[in-house]
Amino acid sequence: MPDVEVRKRVTIVEEIVHEGGPPAAKPLRRGAALAVIRNPYAGRYVEEIAPFMKDLEPLGVAMARDLVAALGGDPKMIEGYGKGAIVGSAGELEHGALWHVPGGYAMRAILGDAKAIVPSTKKVGAPGARLDVPVTHINASYVRSHFDAFEVGVADAPRADEILLALVMTTGPRVHARVGGLKAFEIKGQDGLR
Amino acid sequence: MSLEIRKIVTVVDETLTEMGREVSPAVRRAAALAVIANPFAGRYVEDLASLIDAGEELGKLLSERAVAALGVTGPDAQSYGKAALVGENGEMEHAAALLHPKMGASVRKTLGKGAALIPSSNKRGGPGAELDIPLGHKDAAYVRSHFDGMQVSINDAPRANEIVVAVAVTTGGRPLPRIGGLEAKDAKGEDGLR
Repeated sequence: MPDVEVRKRVTIVEEIVHEGGPPAAKPLRRGAALAVIRNPYAGRYVEEIAPFMKDLEPLGVAMARDLVAALGGDPKMIEGYGKGAIVGSAGELEHGALWHVPGGYAMRAILGDAKAIVPSTKKVGAPGARLDVPVTHINASYVRSHFDAFEVGVADAPRADEILLALVMTTGPRVHARVGGLKAFEIKGQDGLR
Repeated sequence: MSLEIRKIVTVVDETLTEMGREVSPAVRRAAALAVIANPFAGRYVEDLASLIDAGEELGKLLSERAVAALGVTGPDAQSYGKAALVGENGEMEHAAALLHPKMGASVRKTLGKGAALIPSSNKRGGPGAELDIPLGHKDAAYVRSHFDGMQVSINDAPRANEIVVAVAVTTGGRPLPRIGGLEAKDAKGEDGLR
């Protein structure tokens, strides 16, 4: 089983007071935890890659825990989440897909019983590539005020034989959410959708 | 004219390995960025006093945020830098007003000391423009291992009438310094140079 070799970790936190409208009583916080790891499958086709998902779990849990800490420390404050990966140019998109299971596992391990699917995206990219990580409500995907996205990237990563892994969390709706739809206080939170 | 902040962003990176070699202790660098309204956007204003005062306020706020994000006390920070990115309706002189007259004193208050000039950069750009914050040892500018730079950007800032103001602090220099010169342990830290 390949070890997970971490070169670099990056944490980004935004605190949004307003976006041209009334200042928020409690500023919205959005944050990302990023890890740059060596891609153990770079440069060649490897059939059996699925076991690496298990190897990624401890790193994912550490990232999720640190991200909650960076956003204020209380898991109950987290209302939205998302995840993503950028695979360096000697890897394949399928290597980014390895993050689906451990990334979701990690956030649920820290946030408790989050019901909604964790929205995700991934791509192959060069160092400095930016990724727009989609974000939705943690318990009901259809909550319209929480549809969001958070742009991440690291100037010197991913190198060709690396993968950049991302977890994103937010503490609330878009700062001036006002396009109707299902509201967070209306959800049943049972099926992960509404 | 009071300081109007739309958004605050903090970025922390931690380098654990470089070229496969362990970096011990891992180098941590933090940047805190504020997105502020440019009170002088779109017109020539002679007296920039309110931006100079805003620079003092931002020096305190951003240095405190950056040090907190690093998880160290102010005096433990090793190097620092500052920068401003002016939206398209502003002038470079607005960046200079924020950065140079008063910001340094409030940054130094947070860090306890800071005999060296705080290296700085400024430019004009649009949302998502990349800003390279120069870094140097806080007590002795000639410490060669600590000549560094940290790239930051915010995808939605600066808008045309905004300015992004950044302060960065670190717990160390480049990951694997080996080009000689003055070392941090040999610096006297009295004249700000050596």
